[in-house]
Amino acid sequence: MTELLVKNACVIDPLNGILLETMDIPVRDGKIVSSVSSAADVIDARGCLTLPGGIDSHSHVCGTKVNFGRYMSPEDMRAGRTARRGKMHVTSGYYVPTTFGNSYRYSTMGYTTVLEGAMAPLEARHTHEEFTATPHQDMLANTLFDGNWAIMESVRERDFKKTAAIVAWTLAAVKGYSIKLTNPGGTEAWGWGDDLSSIHDPVPNFNVTPAEIIAAMIEANELLGLPHSVHLHCNNLGKPGNYRTTLETFDLVPDKNNARQTLYATHVQFHAYGGTTWRDINSKAEEITRSVNAKPQIVMDMGQIMFGRTMTMTADGPMEFNLYCLHHNKWSNHDVELETGSGIIPVLYSKKSLVNCVMWAIGLELALLTKDPYQCLLATDNPNGAPFVKYPEIIGLLMSRRYRDEEFATLHEGTGQRTAIASIDREMDWNEIAVMTRAGQAKALGMAAQGKGHLGEGAEADIAIYPIRCHAVDPATEYRKVVEGFQKTMFTIKRGRVVARDGEVIVEGANSTFWVNPSVPEDLSVRNDPEFVRKFREYYTVRMDNYPVQDVYLPRGKCIRTEGAL
Amino acid sequence: MIIKDVVCPFCGCLCDDLDVEVEGQKVIKVQNGCALAEAKFTGSGRLPAPIRRTPTGWDDVSYDDAIRETAEILVAADRPLLYGWSSTHGDAQSMGVHIAELIGGVIDNTSTVCHGPSILAIQEVGHPGCTLGQVKNRADVIVYWGCNPTEAHPRHMSRYTTFATGFFVPEAQKDRTVIVVDTRRTESAEIADEFIRIERGGDYEVLSALRAIVRGKGNVVPKMVAGVSREQLFRVAEICKKAKFGAIFFGLGLTMSAGKYKNVRNAIELTDELNRHTKFTISPLRGHGNVYGSNEVFTWITGYPYAVDFSRGIAFYNPGETTAVDILRRGECDAALIVASDPGAHFPHAAAAHLAKIPTVLIDPHMTATTPLCRIQIPCTIAGIDAEGTAYRMDGVPIRYRKVITSSYPDDADILKKIHDRIREVQGS
Ligand code: SF4
Ligand SMILES: [Zn+2]
Repeated sequence: MTELLVKNACVIDPLNGILLETMDIPVRDGKIVSSVSSAADVIDARGCLTLPGGIDSHSHVCGTKVNFGRYMSPEDMRAGRTARRGKMHVTSGYYVPTTFGNSYRYSTMGYTTVLEGAMAPLEARHTHEEFTATPHQDMLANTLFDGNWAIMESVRERDFKKTAAIVAWTLAAVKGYSIKLTNPGGTEAWGWGDDLSSIHDPVPNFNVTPAEIIAAMIEANELLGLPHSVHLHCNNLGKPGNYRTTLETFDLVPDKNNARQTLYATHVQFHAYGGTTWRDINSKAEEITRSVNAKPQIVMDMGQIMFGRTMTMTADGPMEFNLYCLHHNKWSNHDVELETGSGIIPVLYSKKSLVNCVMWAIGLELALLTKDPYQCLLATDNPNGAPFVKYPEIIGLLMSRRYRDEEFATLHEGTGQRTAIASIDREMDWNEIAVMTRAGQAKALGMAAQGKGHLGEGAEADIAIYPIRCHAVDPATEYRKVVEGFQKTMFTIKRGRVVARDGEVIVEGANSTFWVNPSVPEDLSVRNDPEFVRKFREYYTVRMDNYPVQDVYLPRGKCIRTEGAL
Repeated sequence: MIIKDVVCPFCGCLCDDLDVEVEGQKVIKVQNGCALAEAKFTGSGRLPAPIRRTPTGWDDVSYDDAIRETAEILVAADRPLLYGWSSTHGDAQSMGVHIAELIGGVIDNTSTVCHGPSILAIQEVGHPGCTLGQVKNRADVIVYWGCNPTEAHPRHMSRYTTFATGFFVPEAQKDRTVIVVDTRRTESAEIADEFIRIERGGDYEVLSALRAIVRGKGNVVPKMVAGVSREQLFRVAEICKKAKFGAIFFGLGLTMSAGKYKNVRNAIELTDELNRHTKFTISPLRGHGNVYGSNEVFTWITGYPYAVDFSRGIAFYNPGETTAVDILRRGECDAALIVASDPGAHFPHAAAAHLAKIPTVLIDPHMTATTPLCRIQIPCTIAGIDAEGTAYRMDGVPIRYRKVITSSYPDDADILKKIHDRIREVQGS
């Protein structure tokens, strides 16, 4: 038995309605309890801001595409290097750091759980290997279904149960957590070098539309009772005028779940563009947030961009090719048979670029115009909009109008005409930031039930203590203190163990990977469907028996068994 | 007993459909595999126990002693080199990187003598690729450039390309046009619809000419380019542009001939150019079973696919300087650990000769051309035969090697772990 008592913590725990209360947090064997014995180790939080461990609900840190981003970028590896020190391995990289680099930086920022935004099922084993080498965060994998042949065929046949059964088999086989759709249908079209331009375009050869795929996957998701909702990267990412596609997509979404949203729309900044070309691009954040404010069934994340160098990497192959044609920078592409695609391009977001300035403003507008912070979570689509180490600056921008104004003054002079950012007064408070960085994520991912994102009794003792005295700081004016405070915790506690202290990771990590195994009646299981088995054998280049990710890849795997309505 | 769906660990195709028949602890028959697979599974010549060189020959030595001595050699070295890694699984590779980190050594893998130039080109211009199933199911045009898959990757054509039936190419070879580009008429060239014979060292020029034609600047192309006629170049460019899905595969004929990484860069840029007209992909034909895995593992731990130098504490990468052959040739290296590869057979003479001058330890199941260069050899399991573990196919698809027989040999990852722990002990004291 190990016991820990965090004393004098100034706690914000939105899911339990606790707001800046100074209290003690007793921990036993990795969980929060009501009291501990006098033998417990004691940490004195000295009245500093104490939050549940941070959760990133959409980040690209592990797997084939991320590693290829590293592989092709020695220039970035040189941009961030640390030597082996204490318990810390060597790290390299700034915007696509090595796995240990990601893990240490997240940990010292107080992040204890991360959802990898895109895992191709065929390459899942790779993602899980890197999860193991990202030892300080519990990991979850969004599993890509956007161009899945079997799924599209079942959608065409309007056989939702079959769609659900395919999802169930795949998630269990690849140890995935949730359904991810990236440019649904578009990634299959990209197999021929094409893309789709509307959610009502038929996918070549499959005769289904993105709208149908999205609707069917929502049905399947709820039939299976998955903890998270469908996680969608909308069609037409990054194209001027795409806000119409986004609104049209949101209008498709029924409200089907009382506990959480029915659709998680990711990096919506990239999907909120007005105009017709790069020349007249403008913000449609108002239209998007009006829709979201009226639809509790939708949660989005910001997809904020921050100025500087980074790398775009997504399963959206055609979008990356468009970017390549625009920037002429190096371009990688990796299509995955029967499943999905992916592309990688380095980018530089510059204040001299009006387009980039508009993008910056849109992300912030989305957050500031969304009434309920549970509906707009803080993320950059790491590293697409910016590396996650920029989160503290984003927090500063959301909490301080003055900080925004000062930044705005340095932007391209056309920014004001294309966006409304300069006229927004809202300044977010501590509680709203706590929602946007942990409580909201826990709720949206369905992880609160796993003891994540809150500090109630029974919760996992993932705790971040920041050197911020909330009562003594005015974020509106002292935003620099806020930014600095969120960059490095005094203590990051993971499952009751202090893992990082004052910016140093001090122990070896022992993370878990959460995955979902939905129950499906035998007669519906695709394993027993001769047609599914035949197509697998004929068209995949690996055998069905070699496809599932073996248990050895998840040394501390946590399986969530769901009982749906199938 | 017949074990189904076994993964062949020999070449980068990692065919996973072998039926392997075992009797006791011996493989007696391999079905579905090529001749190379059969030789791999039924091969002999395994070293029975660790050996240490004496002035006159070899002595047997215990695993514990061999491991202890290896650790001491590595700790005592100023510029240790850890080389190889392509014929083992990911756990061993990862342990190797951690040892290198611990002792401030240089770690390199066999890419250094095969597709290193491809990696350099990719680091300049990126890599439009795909998994092999995309090619199998879609490609109506296949290009093999500077490689002879019939010999080196015998099932590449039947499983993934020319002779494979795919969803959109049900008639296999009838639906596909095959173009082979080489300096000599190989066996692979025999089945080509179009064979382009290039003069030695002419790859760069021919690629440039094709790029010009695809760009619509064909008027600059002379009558003959490195032995290839203008007509043929135009014909081939047209076939590529008209393809629904084209796939280029290239081998050492491109990476190791005059021009080296510039050739590969040019081929990638031709592929980029073709993507403005249709869908095209390009992929290196990786040789050893898990050489791509060594690139992947090195990359997620250190940030670089090969040639990583930890002597400054941080990970430092500069191929040409931190590559194994260069470190040996300069005589810089004062101890070496070779794992799962055979530099004695593949390195230039000067580099191999230096290995014999310094304390070199080999961890490998077989007596090889590297054995005579060593001070100690420690035999281990063979990944994919008596050990399981992860391997990455040439297209990045990760596959788990199966274990078809049980042997008394220790896994190389376990040997390395012991060396690692021993080094920590020595360093700590
Ligand atoms: S082609 Fe390569 S992987 Fe396939 S059976 Fe032959 S040697 Fe093994
Ligand atoms: Zn993403």
